[in-house]
Amino acid sequence: MRQVDFTKQVDARGTYCPGPLMELVKSIKRGQMGDVIELISDDKGSRVDIPEWVNKMGHEIANERLEGEDYYIAVRKMK
Amino acid sequence: MPKKIVIVGGGSGGMMVANRLARQLPDEIKRNEVEITLLSNTEKHIYQPGYLFIAFNEQQPEHFIRKQERIAHRLVNLVYDDVQIIDPGTNRVHGDKSTYSYDYLVIATGSHPDMNSIPGLSEGADNFYTLEGAEKLRDKLADFQEGKILITIDVPHKCPAAPLEITLMLDDYFRKKGVRDQVEIKYTYPIGRIHSLQPVADWGLPEFEKRNIDYETFFNLEEVDSKKKVAITMDGEEHSYDILISIPAHTGAKAVIDSGLGDEDGFIPTDRYNLKMEGSDDVYVVGDATNLPISKAGSTAHYQAETLVHNLISRVKGRPETARYSGKVACFLENSLEDASMITFDYQHPPKPATTSDMLHWFKSVYNELYWLNARGIL
Repeated sequence: MRQVDFTKQVDARGTYCPGPLMELVKSIKRGQMGDVIELISDDKGSRVDIPEWVNKMGHEIANERLEGEDYYIAVRKMK
Repeated sequence: MPKKIVIVGGGSGGMMVANRLARQLPDEIKRNEVEITLLSNTEKHIYQPGYLFIAFNEQQPEHFIRKQERIAHRLVNLVYDDVQIIDPGTNRVHGDKSTYSYDYLVIATGSHPDMNSIPGLSEGADNFYTLEGAEKLRDKLADFQEGKILITIDVPHKCPAAPLEITLMLDDYFRKKGVRDQVEIKYTYPIGRIHSLQPVADWGLPEFEKRNIDYETFFNLEEVDSKKKVAITMDGEEHSYDILISIPAHTGAKAVIDSGLGDEDGFIPTDRYNLKMEGSDDVYVVGDATNLPISKAGSTAHYQAETLVHNLISRVKGRPETARYSGKVACFLENSLEDASMITFDYQHPPKPATTSDMLHWFKSVYNELYWLNARGIL
């Protein structure tokens, strides 16, 4: 259960709208290149749609792990 | 000395908090034990969801506007002043005209579309998130007979359902005009589906397919070239348009940013249950001004106001603050100019769109009038 140093953590548990992925999009957009944003989500859909968006947009998954039902994903802004 | 409750911001959240407090503390206010001051930087109170209907000329702009003094309860001390700095360190708020000390502060300064958030956006794009923008768009749509309308969405923005609604309403509007075949409607969204809420995406997608509404996902706008009439995305692709309807990223209020109270977007870190500004016991935040990862919408402000007012009254009366905001939000989803769906959800329960019906559209139309009872703190 490795963890990484992150620039900012966003706790999006218990949120449906705009939802965890939109919170990540917002944070990545505002961040600097190289920043690592760690997002926590309890929405099962996040395990699919967040990596899909990260890969599509050319950013990097620095770490991802499950703690119970909580999904932690750390994303490094690459551009 | 009365306990001073100061509310910064005369929009939906601020007005509801002020009026609910006044209605529930009349004796305390008359005995000068409590004083409620509402600071507003505008004399107009605008029902912002009305912009959607102004854009289609379904209602006149005046229909959605009242004077603040007609809405504020007589026991609310309504002051027109433009707050510049909020200083929790000294329990003071500094406006253009005066300085106001407080025992308890409610920040209700809202969110604000930033048409300068992307290069070329203010020159090339229309919007329906401001009164001026909705009126300008109304006139353009009225003249539009053929061509391509492109809809782009940035985050964060208020009223997350509105971009989807305007798209579906555009389809109906041009069908009724008899020119739908000559008008291409293209909706875009930053992530891999047409709405951040999967159930709402699942509700809207069949309508798009049935009604020949084009869409593109993973669409992240980076620049607008108003001379060439193209929108340029993160991947460098150019997308042509005749009318570009853009929902820009929003920011918090300038006073919040200048006071150093906001995050990188100017939204205030807030406890999701008791709605207190993080690190403070005397400052509460309501509505769009919070950084909570929930919908920035009037209904959010309404439900938060119920929690916050309950706790403030308890506090004034020396009782414990026990109310907790559940994360409740309610949104109508207009499917056309004639029918609608709706959703409600909270921190624990995901949304499930209601069956689309004429009745829910009528309900929305009725709510547009009932809002004024909400703003007055009655409903």
